[in-house]
Amino acid sequence: MIIDEKFSLKIGLAEMLKGGVIMDVTNPEQAKIAEDAGAVAVMALERIPADIRSDGGVARMSNPTMIREIMAVVSIPVMAKCRIGHFAEAQVLQALGVDFIDESEVLTPADDINHIWKHDFTVPFVCGCRDIGEALRRISEGAAMIRTKGEAGSGNIVEAVRHMRMVQSGIRQIQTMDHAELVRYGKEIGASLEIILEVRRLGKLPVPNFSAGGIATPADAALMRQLGAETNFVGSGIFKSQDPAARARAIVLATTHFDDPDMVAKASEGLKEAMPGLEMNRIPEAEQLNRRGW
Amino acid sequence: MLNIGILALQGDFEKHGAVIERLGHRPLFVRRAEELRGLVGLILPGGESTTFLHLIEKLQLRQPLIDFAGRWPVFGTCAGLIVLARSNDNLPFPPFGLIDLEVTRNAYGRQINSFIARVELKSQLMTRQIEAVFIRAPKIVSMGREVVPYAWLGEEVVMAGNNRILAATFHPELTSDTTIHQFFIDAYILPAISLSER
Repeated sequence: MIIDEKFSLKIGLAEMLKGGVIMDVTNPEQAKIAEDAGAVAVMALERIPADIRSDGGVARMSNPTMIREIMAVVSIPVMAKCRIGHFAEAQVLQALGVDFIDESEVLTPADDINHIWKHDFTVPFVCGCRDIGEALRRISEGAAMIRTKGEAGSGNIVEAVRHMRMVQSGIRQIQTMDHAELVRYGKEIGASLEIILEVRRLGKLPVPNFSAGGIATPADAALMRQLGAETNFVGSGIFKSQDPAARARAIVLATTHFDDPDMVAKASEGLKEAMPGLEMNRIPEAEQLNRRGW
Repeated sequence: MLNIGILALQGDFEKHGAVIERLGHRPLFVRRAEELRGLVGLILPGGESTTFLHLIEKLQLRQPLIDFAGRWPVFGTCAGLIVLARSNDNLPFPPFGLIDLEVTRNAYGRQINSFIARVELKSQLMTRQIEAVFIRAPKIVSMGREVVPYAWLGEEVVMAGNNRILAATFHPELTSDTTIHQFFIDAYILPAISLSER
Protein backbone atom coordinates (compact mmCIF):
# COMPACT_ATOMS: atom_id res chain seq x y z
CA MET A 1 0.00 0.00 0.00
CA ILE A 2 1.50 3.31 -1.07
CA ILE A 3 1.23 6.16 1.38
CA ASP A 4 2.27 9.36 -0.38
CA GLU A 5 3.19 12.66 1.26
CA LYS A 6 -0.37 14.01 1.16
CA PHE A 7 -1.86 10.88 2.74
CA SER A 8 0.85 10.70 5.41
CA LEU A 9 0.07 14.28 6.51
CA LYS A 10 -3.58 13.29 6.92
CA ILE A 11 -2.72 10.20 8.93
CA GLY A 12 -0.29 12.36 10.92
CA LEU A 13 -3.09 14.48 12.36
CA ALA A 14 -5.02 11.31 13.25
CA GLU A 15 -1.89 10.15 15.14
CA MET A 16 -1.93 13.36 17.19
CA LEU A 17 -5.50 12.67 18.31
CA LYS A 18 -4.68 9.24 19.73
CA GLY A 19 -5.46 8.48 23.34
CA GLY A 20 -7.97 11.30 23.50
CA VAL A 21 -11.66 12.10 23.34
CA ILE A 22 -13.42 13.81 20.43
CA MET A 23 -16.70 15.41 21.50
CA ASP A 24 -19.84 16.36 19.56
CA VAL A 25 -20.80 20.00 20.11
CA THR A 26 -23.62 22.10 18.69
CA ASN A 27 -22.56 25.64 19.64
CA PRO A 28 -19.51 27.67 20.76
CA GLU A 29 -20.41 27.34 24.48
CA GLN A 30 -20.39 23.55 24.26
CA ALA A 31 -17.16 23.66 22.24
CA LYS A 32 -15.52 25.66 25.05
CA ILE A 33 -16.79 23.19 27.67
CA ALA A 34 -15.32 20.34 25.62
CA GLU A 35 -11.96 22.05 25.18
CA ASP A 36 -11.81 22.98 28.87
CA ALA A 37 -12.52 19.36 29.78
CA GLY A 38 -9.49 18.20 27.78
CA ALA A 39 -11.07 17.08 24.47
CA VAL A 40 -8.50 16.58 21.69
CA ALA A 41 -10.98 17.78 19.05
CA VAL A 42 -14.61 18.73 18.65
CA MET A 43 -17.16 17.61 16.07
CA ALA A 44 -19.29 20.61 15.09
CA LEU A 45 -22.84 19.64 14.20
CA GLU A 46 -26.26 21.29 14.37
CA ARG A 47 -28.02 18.45 16.14
CA ILE A 48 -26.42 15.68 18.14
CA PRO A 49 -27.34 12.16 17.00
CA ALA A 50 -29.93 11.60 19.77
CA ASP A 51 -31.85 14.64 18.52
CA ILE A 52 -31.44 13.71 14.84
CA ARG A 53 -33.00 10.39 15.78
CA SER A 54 -35.98 11.90 17.62
CA ASP A 55 -36.54 14.75 15.11
CA GLY A 56 -36.53 12.52 12.02
CA GLY A 57 -36.38 13.97 8.48
CA VAL A 58 -33.29 14.43 6.31
CA ALA A 59 -30.11 15.30 8.23
CA ARG A 60 -27.58 17.35 6.24
CA MET A 61 -24.22 19.08 6.66
CA SER A 62 -24.35 21.78 9.35
CA ASN A 63 -24.69 25.46 8.61
CA PRO A 64 -21.25 26.95 7.76
CA THR A 65 -21.88 29.93 10.06
CA MET A 66 -22.24 27.65 13.04
CA ILE A 67 -19.09 25.70 12.08
CA ARG A 68 -17.12 28.94 11.71
CA GLU A 69 -18.31 30.20 15.11
CA ILE A 70 -17.02 27.03 16.73
CA MET A 71 -13.70 27.22 14.83
CA ALA A 72 -13.30 30.75 16.17
CA VAL A 73 -13.54 29.86 19.88
CA VAL A 74 -11.36 26.75 20.24
CA SER A 75 -7.70 26.05 19.43
CA ILE A 76 -8.12 22.27 19.17
CA PRO A 77 -8.97 20.72 15.78
CA VAL A 78 -12.56 21.10 14.57
CA MET A 79 -14.26 18.31 12.65
CA ALA A 80 -17.56 18.41 10.75
CA LYS A 81 -19.80 15.83 9.10
CA CYS A 82 -20.88 15.49 5.49
CA ARG A 83 -23.40 13.00 4.09
CA ILE A 84 -22.11 9.70 2.70
CA GLY A 85 -21.23 10.29 -0.97
CA HIS A 86 -21.91 14.05 -0.82
CA PHE A 87 -18.56 15.29 -2.11
CA ALA A 88 -19.91 18.82 -2.67
CA GLU A 89 -20.66 19.14 1.06
CA ALA A 90 -17.13 17.88 1.67
CA GLN A 91 -15.76 20.53 -0.69
CA VAL A 92 -17.60 23.20 1.30
CA LEU A 93 -16.21 21.88 4.58
CA GLN A 94 -12.69 21.87 3.15
CA ALA A 95 -13.19 25.45 1.93
CA LEU A 96 -14.25 26.43 5.46
CA GLY A 97 -10.94 25.03 6.73
CA VAL A 98 -12.24 22.32 9.05
CA ASP A 99 -9.43 20.02 10.20
CA PHE A 100 -11.17 16.66 9.61
CA ILE A 101 -14.31 15.59 7.75
CA ASP A 102 -16.48 12.75 8.99
CA GLU A 103 -18.29 11.10 6.07
CA SER A 104 -20.99 10.00 8.42
CA GLU A 105 -23.89 7.59 8.54
CA VAL A 106 -25.43 9.85 11.20
CA LEU A 107 -26.50 12.16 8.36
CA THR A 108 -28.88 10.93 5.66
CA PRO A 109 -26.81 9.37 2.85
CA ALA A 110 -26.67 11.36 -0.40
CA ASP A 111 -25.45 8.39 -2.43
CA ASP A 112 -26.62 4.91 -1.52
CA ILE A 113 -24.07 3.20 -3.78
CA ASN A 114 -20.80 5.14 -3.59
CA HIS A 115 -18.73 6.74 -0.88
CA ILE A 116 -16.58 9.82 -1.54
CA TRP A 117 -13.19 9.36 -3.27
CA LYS A 118 -11.33 10.96 -0.41
CA HIS A 119 -7.87 11.02 -2.02
CA ASP A 120 -9.08 14.04 -4.03
CA PHE A 121 -9.11 16.18 -0.89
CA THR A 122 -6.38 17.94 1.12
CA VAL A 123 -8.38 17.67 4.34
CA PRO A 124 -8.33 14.26 6.05
CA PHE A 125 -11.46 12.10 6.38
CA VAL A 126 -12.72 9.71 9.03
CA CYS A 127 -15.27 7.03 8.13
CA GLY A 128 -17.33 4.56 10.13
CA CYS A 129 -17.19 0.80 9.76
CA ARG A 130 -18.83 -2.34 11.14
CA ASP A 131 -16.16 -4.85 10.20
CA ILE A 132 -12.70 -5.24 8.68
CA GLY A 133 -13.93 -5.26 5.07
CA GLU A 134 -15.76 -1.96 5.45
CA ALA A 135 -12.73 -0.44 7.22
CA LEU A 136 -10.37 -1.47 4.40
CA ARG A 137 -12.73 -0.25 1.66
CA ARG A 138 -12.86 3.18 3.30
CA ILE A 139 -9.07 3.32 3.72
CA SER A 140 -8.65 2.42 0.02
CA GLU A 141 -10.89 5.40 -0.82
CA GLY A 142 -8.61 7.62 1.26
CA ALA A 143 -9.94 7.62 4.83
CA ALA A 144 -7.06 8.63 7.17
CA MET A 145 -8.87 7.42 10.27
CA ILE A 146 -11.40 4.66 10.87
CA ARG A 147 -13.99 4.55 13.63
CA THR A 148 -16.60 2.02 14.56
CA LYS A 149 -20.11 3.07 13.61
CA GLY A 150 -21.67 1.84 16.82
CA GLU A 151 -25.21 3.11 17.06
CA ALA A 152 -25.07 6.88 17.34
CA GLY A 153 -27.49 8.58 19.70
CA SER A 154 -28.48 5.31 21.36
CA GLY A 155 -26.46 5.61 24.58
CA ASN A 156 -25.97 1.87 24.08
CA ILE A 157 -22.43 0.55 23.65
CA VAL A 158 -23.39 -2.86 22.22
CA GLU A 159 -22.99 -1.99 18.52
CA ALA A 160 -19.63 -0.24 19.02
CA VAL A 161 -18.37 -3.33 20.86
CA ARG A 162 -19.64 -5.59 18.08
CA HIS A 163 -17.97 -3.48 15.38
CA MET A 164 -14.65 -3.17 17.21
CA ARG A 165 -14.58 -6.92 17.85
CA MET A 166 -15.39 -7.58 14.18
CA VAL A 167 -12.48 -5.37 13.06
CA GLN A 168 -10.04 -6.91 15.53
CA SER A 169 -11.02 -10.48 14.73
CA GLY A 170 -10.67 -9.68 11.01
CA ILE A 171 -7.12 -8.46 11.67
CA ARG A 172 -6.32 -11.65 13.60
CA GLN A 173 -7.77 -13.84 10.84
CA ILE A 174 -5.67 -12.06 8.21
CA GLN A 175 -2.55 -12.83 10.22
CA THR A 176 -3.22 -16.55 10.26
CA MET A 177 -3.92 -16.99 6.53
CA ASP A 178 -1.51 -17.86 3.72
CA HIS A 179 -1.47 -15.97 0.42
CA ALA A 180 -3.94 -18.26 -1.34
CA GLU A 181 -6.42 -17.84 1.50
CA LEU A 182 -5.88 -14.09 1.61
CA VAL A 183 -6.90 -13.75 -2.05
CA ARG A 184 -10.14 -15.57 -1.28
CA TYR A 185 -10.66 -13.60 1.95
CA GLY A 186 -10.17 -10.35 0.04
CA LYS A 187 -12.92 -11.33 -2.35
CA GLU A 188 -15.17 -12.27 0.54
CA ILE A 189 -14.75 -9.00 2.42
CA GLY A 190 -14.48 -6.75 -0.66
CA ALA A 191 -10.95 -5.49 -0.02
CA SER A 192 -7.85 -5.50 -2.22
CA LEU A 193 -5.04 -8.01 -1.66
CA GLU A 194 -2.59 -5.11 -1.47
CA ILE A 195 -4.22 -3.54 1.59
CA ILE A 196 -4.83 -6.92 3.22
CA LEU A 197 -1.11 -7.70 2.96
CA GLU A 198 -0.38 -4.37 4.60
CA VAL A 199 -2.69 -5.27 7.52
CA ARG A 200 -0.92 -8.61 7.82
CA ARG A 201 2.48 -6.90 7.91
CA LEU A 202 1.41 -4.33 10.53
CA GLY A 203 -0.90 -6.48 12.65
CA LYS A 204 -3.27 -3.52 12.74
CA LEU A 205 -5.09 -1.14 10.41
CA PRO A 206 -2.77 1.10 8.34
CA VAL A 207 -4.51 4.17 9.83
CA PRO A 208 -5.61 4.95 13.41
CA ASN A 209 -8.60 2.95 14.62
CA PHE A 210 -11.04 4.89 16.81
CA SER A 211 -14.37 4.13 18.41
CA ALA A 212 -17.74 5.90 18.12
CA GLY A 213 -21.42 5.35 18.67
CA GLY A 214 -22.82 4.67 22.10
CA ILE A 215 -20.25 5.78 24.70
CA ALA A 216 -22.09 7.27 27.69
CA THR A 217 -19.91 6.57 30.74
CA PRO A 218 -16.21 6.55 31.74
CA ALA A 219 -16.38 2.73 31.90
CA ASP A 220 -17.71 2.64 28.31
CA ALA A 221 -14.67 4.70 27.28
CA ALA A 222 -12.29 2.33 29.12
CA LEU A 223 -14.02 -0.69 27.55
CA MET A 224 -13.56 0.58 24.00
CA ARG A 225 -9.90 1.47 24.62
CA GLN A 226 -9.24 -2.02 26.00
CA LEU A 227 -10.91 -3.57 22.96
CA GLY A 228 -8.42 -1.72 20.77
CA ALA A 229 -9.86 1.75 20.11
CA GLU A 230 -7.04 4.29 20.05
CA THR A 231 -9.35 7.24 20.75
CA ASN A 232 -13.03 7.67 21.63
CA PHE A 233 -15.63 9.80 19.91
CA VAL A 234 -18.41 10.77 22.31
CA GLY A 235 -21.55 12.18 20.74
CA SER A 236 -24.78 12.50 22.62
CA GLY A 237 -23.25 10.93 25.74
CA ILE A 238 -21.91 14.22 27.08
CA PHE A 239 -24.44 16.92 26.30
CA LYS A 240 -27.45 14.63 26.83
CA SER A 241 -26.24 13.83 30.35
CA GLN A 242 -27.14 15.91 33.39
CA ASP A 243 -23.63 17.21 34.03
CA PRO A 244 -21.82 17.68 30.69
CA ALA A 245 -18.64 19.36 31.99
CA ALA A 246 -17.99 16.86 34.79
CA ARG A 247 -18.86 13.91 32.57
CA ALA A 248 -16.61 15.20 29.79
CA ARG A 249 -13.67 15.48 32.23
CA ALA A 250 -14.39 12.02 33.62
CA ILE A 251 -14.48 10.40 30.16
CA VAL A 252 -11.18 12.11 29.23
CA LEU A 253 -9.54 10.74 32.37
CA ALA A 254 -10.95 7.23 31.84
CA THR A 255 -9.72 7.26 28.24
CA THR A 256 -6.14 8.06 29.32
CA HIS A 257 -6.15 5.60 32.24
CA PHE A 258 -8.30 2.98 30.49
CA ASP A 259 -6.24 0.10 31.93
CA ASP A 260 -6.36 1.32 35.54
CA PRO A 261 -9.73 0.39 37.14
CA ASP A 262 -8.99 2.50 40.24
CA MET A 263 -8.68 5.60 38.08
CA VAL A 264 -11.81 4.75 36.08
CA ALA A 265 -13.67 4.25 39.37
CA LYS A 266 -12.39 7.58 40.68
CA ALA A 267 -13.41 9.31 37.45
CA SER A 268 -16.92 7.82 37.65
CA GLU A 269 -17.62 8.86 41.23
CA GLY A 270 -20.15 11.61 41.89
CA LEU A 271 -21.42 11.91 38.34
CA LYS A 272 -25.11 12.67 37.83
CA GLU A 273 -27.40 10.70 35.49
CA ALA A 274 -25.98 9.51 32.18
CA MET A 275 -28.01 10.02 29.02
CA PRO A 276 -31.03 7.74 28.76
CA GLY A 277 -30.24 4.71 26.58
CA LEU A 278 -32.15 2.76 23.97
CA GLU A 279 -32.38 -1.03 23.66
CA MET A 280 -31.34 -2.00 20.13
CA ASN A 281 -34.49 -4.08 19.65
CA ARG A 282 -36.54 -0.93 20.29
CA ILE A 283 -34.94 0.75 17.27
CA PRO A 284 -36.60 -0.44 14.06
CA GLU A 285 -34.06 -1.74 11.54
CA ALA A 286 -34.87 1.02 9.07
CA GLU A 287 -33.95 3.59 11.73
CA GLN A 288 -30.62 2.03 12.69
CA LEU A 289 -27.95 4.46 11.55
CA ASN A 290 -25.18 1.83 11.48
CA ARG A 291 -26.87 0.10 8.53
CA ARG A 292 -26.21 3.08 6.27
CA GLY A 293 -23.22 2.85 3.90
CA TRP A 294 -21.58 -0.45 2.92
CA MET B 1 20.29 -0.05 26.55
CA LEU B 2 18.82 3.15 27.98
CA ASN B 3 15.45 3.50 29.69
CA ILE B 4 13.81 6.45 27.97
CA GLY B 5 10.37 7.58 29.10
CA ILE B 6 7.61 8.91 26.89
CA LEU B 7 4.75 10.85 28.44
CA ALA B 8 1.74 8.78 27.36
CA LEU B 9 -1.28 10.82 28.51
CA GLN B 10 -2.37 11.45 24.93
CA GLY B 11 -0.88 11.87 21.45
CA ASP B 12 1.55 9.94 19.25
CA PHE B 13 3.63 8.47 22.09
CA GLU B 14 3.70 5.05 20.41
CA LYS B 15 5.44 6.57 17.38
CA HIS B 16 8.22 7.89 19.62
CA GLY B 17 8.39 4.51 21.32
CA ALA B 18 8.96 2.80 17.97
CA VAL B 19 11.89 5.12 17.15
CA ILE B 20 13.51 4.55 20.57
CA GLU B 21 13.14 0.81 20.05
CA ARG B 22 14.65 1.02 16.57
CA LEU B 23 17.67 2.75 18.12
CA GLY B 24 18.14 -0.21 20.47
CA HIS B 25 16.81 1.40 23.65
CA ARG B 26 13.85 0.71 25.91
CA PRO B 27 10.83 3.06 25.65
CA LEU B 28 8.70 3.28 28.81
CA PHE B 29 5.30 4.93 28.73
CA VAL B 30 4.72 7.32 31.61
CA ARG B 31 1.24 8.02 32.99
CA ARG B 32 2.06 8.26 36.69
CA ALA B 33 4.73 10.13 38.66
CA GLU B 34 6.29 6.93 40.02
CA GLU B 35 6.92 5.75 36.46
CA LEU B 36 9.56 8.49 36.09
CA ARG B 37 11.86 6.58 38.43
CA GLY B 38 14.85 4.96 36.74
CA LEU B 39 14.56 6.94 33.51
CA VAL B 40 17.51 8.77 32.00
CA GLY B 41 15.44 10.97 29.70
CA LEU B 42 11.86 11.80 28.80
CA ILE B 43 10.02 12.67 25.60
CA LEU B 44 6.86 14.79 25.51
CA PRO B 45 5.20 13.68 22.26
CA GLY B 46 2.97 15.37 19.71
CA GLY B 47 -0.72 15.65 20.51
CA GLU B 48 -2.95 18.45 21.78
CA SER B 49 -1.18 20.84 24.16
CA THR B 50 -4.43 21.91 25.88
CA THR B 51 -5.25 18.26 26.58
CA PHE B 52 -1.72 17.63 27.88
CA LEU B 53 -1.91 20.56 30.28
CA HIS B 54 -5.36 19.51 31.54
CA LEU B 55 -4.28 15.96 32.23
CA ILE B 56 -0.96 17.02 33.77
CA GLU B 57 -2.87 19.25 36.19
CA LYS B 58 -5.64 16.76 36.91
CA LEU B 59 -3.17 13.92 37.51
CA GLN B 60 -0.84 16.14 39.59
CA LEU B 61 2.11 15.54 37.29
CA ARG B 62 3.30 19.14 36.96
CA GLN B 63 5.77 19.18 39.86
CA PRO B 64 7.09 15.63 39.28
CA LEU B 65 7.75 16.47 35.61
CA ILE B 66 9.47 19.75 36.45
CA ASP B 67 11.55 17.99 39.12
CA PHE B 68 12.52 15.29 36.62
CA ALA B 69 13.63 17.94 34.11
CA GLY B 70 15.95 19.34 36.80
CA ARG B 71 17.87 16.06 36.78
CA TRP B 72 17.46 14.50 33.32
CA PRO B 73 17.01 15.76 29.74
CA VAL B 74 13.54 16.23 28.27
CA PHE B 75 12.70 16.43 24.56
CA GLY B 76 9.39 17.92 23.38
CA THR B 77 7.96 17.70 19.87
CA CYS B 78 5.18 20.06 18.71
CA ALA B 79 2.64 19.96 21.57
CA GLY B 80 5.45 18.71 23.81
CA LEU B 81 7.48 21.79 22.91
CA ILE B 82 4.53 24.04 23.84
CA VAL B 83 4.29 22.43 27.29
CA LEU B 84 8.04 22.97 27.91
CA ALA B 85 8.22 26.55 26.60
CA ARG B 86 6.41 29.83 27.14
CA SER B 87 3.33 30.71 25.10
CA ASN B 88 1.72 34.00 24.22
CA ASP B 89 -1.64 32.26 23.64
CA ASN B 90 -4.44 31.37 25.98
CA LEU B 91 -3.73 28.01 27.53
CA PRO B 92 -5.82 26.40 30.28
CA PHE B 93 -2.79 26.19 32.59
CA PRO B 94 0.60 27.86 32.21
CA PRO B 95 3.23 25.88 30.29
CA PHE B 96 6.36 24.88 32.23
CA GLY B 97 8.70 27.58 30.92
CA LEU B 98 11.69 25.24 31.24
CA ILE B 99 13.22 26.61 28.05
CA ASP B 100 13.27 30.28 27.17
CA LEU B 101 11.28 29.99 23.94
CA GLU B 102 8.16 31.94 23.16
CA VAL B 103 5.85 30.06 20.80
CA THR B 104 2.67 30.75 18.88
CA ARG B 105 0.42 27.75 18.47
CA ASN B 106 -1.03 26.63 15.11
CA ALA B 107 1.10 29.36 13.57
CA TYR B 108 1.04 28.05 10.00
CA GLY B 109 -2.76 27.66 9.96
CA ARG B 110 -5.15 24.76 10.18
CA GLN B 111 -4.75 21.13 9.02
CA ILE B 112 -5.06 22.02 5.30
CA ASN B 113 -1.87 24.08 5.80
CA SER B 114 0.10 21.20 7.33
CA PHE B 115 3.17 20.32 5.26
CA ILE B 116 6.34 18.29 4.84
CA ALA B 117 9.56 20.22 4.13
CA ARG B 118 13.32 19.81 4.28
CA VAL B 119 14.95 21.41 7.29
CA GLU B 120 18.61 22.19 7.81
CA LEU B 121 20.29 20.68 10.86
CA LYS B 122 23.43 22.38 12.15
CA SER B 123 25.37 21.40 15.25
CA GLN B 124 28.72 19.91 16.19
CA LEU B 125 27.23 16.42 15.96
CA MET B 126 25.30 16.78 12.71
CA THR B 127 25.09 18.99 9.65
CA ARG B 128 22.59 17.80 7.10
CA GLN B 129 19.09 18.15 5.70
CA ILE B 130 16.21 15.98 6.81
CA GLU B 131 12.56 15.72 5.91
CA ALA B 132 10.33 17.19 8.62
CA VAL B 133 6.58 16.84 9.15
CA PHE B 134 4.74 19.95 10.36
CA ILE B 135 1.16 19.32 11.54
CA ARG B 136 -0.79 22.35 12.77
CA ALA B 137 2.65 23.31 13.97
CA PRO B 138 3.68 26.07 16.38
CA LYS B 139 6.31 28.69 15.58
CA ILE B 140 9.16 29.85 17.77
CA VAL B 141 8.77 33.63 17.85
CA SER B 142 11.59 34.49 20.24
CA MET B 143 14.50 32.76 21.98
CA GLY B 144 16.45 33.51 25.12
CA ARG B 145 20.21 34.05 24.88
CA GLU B 146 21.16 30.72 26.45
CA VAL B 147 19.06 28.79 23.91
CA VAL B 148 20.99 27.18 21.03
CA PRO B 149 19.26 26.80 17.65
CA TYR B 150 19.80 23.42 15.95
CA ALA B 151 17.45 23.31 12.93
CA TRP B 152 16.09 25.79 10.42
CA LEU B 153 13.22 25.91 7.97
CA GLY B 154 14.44 28.72 5.75
CA GLU B 155 15.09 31.53 8.25
CA GLU B 156 12.91 30.10 11.01
CA VAL B 157 14.35 28.14 13.89
CA VAL B 158 12.37 24.87 14.21
CA MET B 159 14.50 23.05 16.80
CA ALA B 160 16.43 24.48 19.73
CA GLY B 161 17.74 23.52 23.13
CA ASN B 162 19.25 24.70 26.39
CA ASN B 163 21.39 22.56 28.69
CA ARG B 164 18.57 20.18 29.68
CA ILE B 165 15.68 20.73 27.28
CA LEU B 166 15.46 20.00 23.54
CA ALA B 167 12.39 21.15 21.61
CA ALA B 168 11.21 20.81 18.00
CA THR B 169 8.16 22.30 16.29
CA PHE B 170 7.96 19.33 13.90
CA HIS B 171 7.50 15.56 14.29
CA PRO B 172 10.73 13.55 13.88
CA GLU B 173 8.76 10.53 15.15
CA LEU B 174 6.62 10.46 11.99
CA THR B 175 9.43 9.75 9.52
CA SER B 176 11.73 6.75 9.27
CA ASP B 177 14.79 8.98 9.86
CA THR B 178 16.16 8.49 13.39
CA THR B 179 18.70 11.35 13.29
CA ILE B 180 16.90 13.64 15.74
CA HIS B 181 16.26 11.00 18.40
CA GLN B 182 19.87 9.87 18.08
CA PHE B 183 20.92 13.49 18.57
CA PHE B 184 18.78 13.73 21.74
CA ILE B 185 20.53 10.64 23.08
CA ASP B 186 24.06 11.66 22.06
CA ALA B 187 23.96 15.36 22.89
CA TYR B 188 21.67 15.26 25.95
CA ILE B 189 21.17 11.85 27.57
CA LEU B 190 24.72 10.49 27.38
CA PRO B 191 26.36 13.63 28.83
CA ALA B 192 23.71 13.69 31.60
CA ILE B 193 24.52 10.08 32.47
CA SER B 194 28.27 10.71 32.64
CA LEU B 195 27.61 13.80 34.77
CA SER B 196 25.48 11.76 37.18
CA GLU B 197 28.19 9.13 37.49
CA ARG B 198 30.84 11.65 38.41
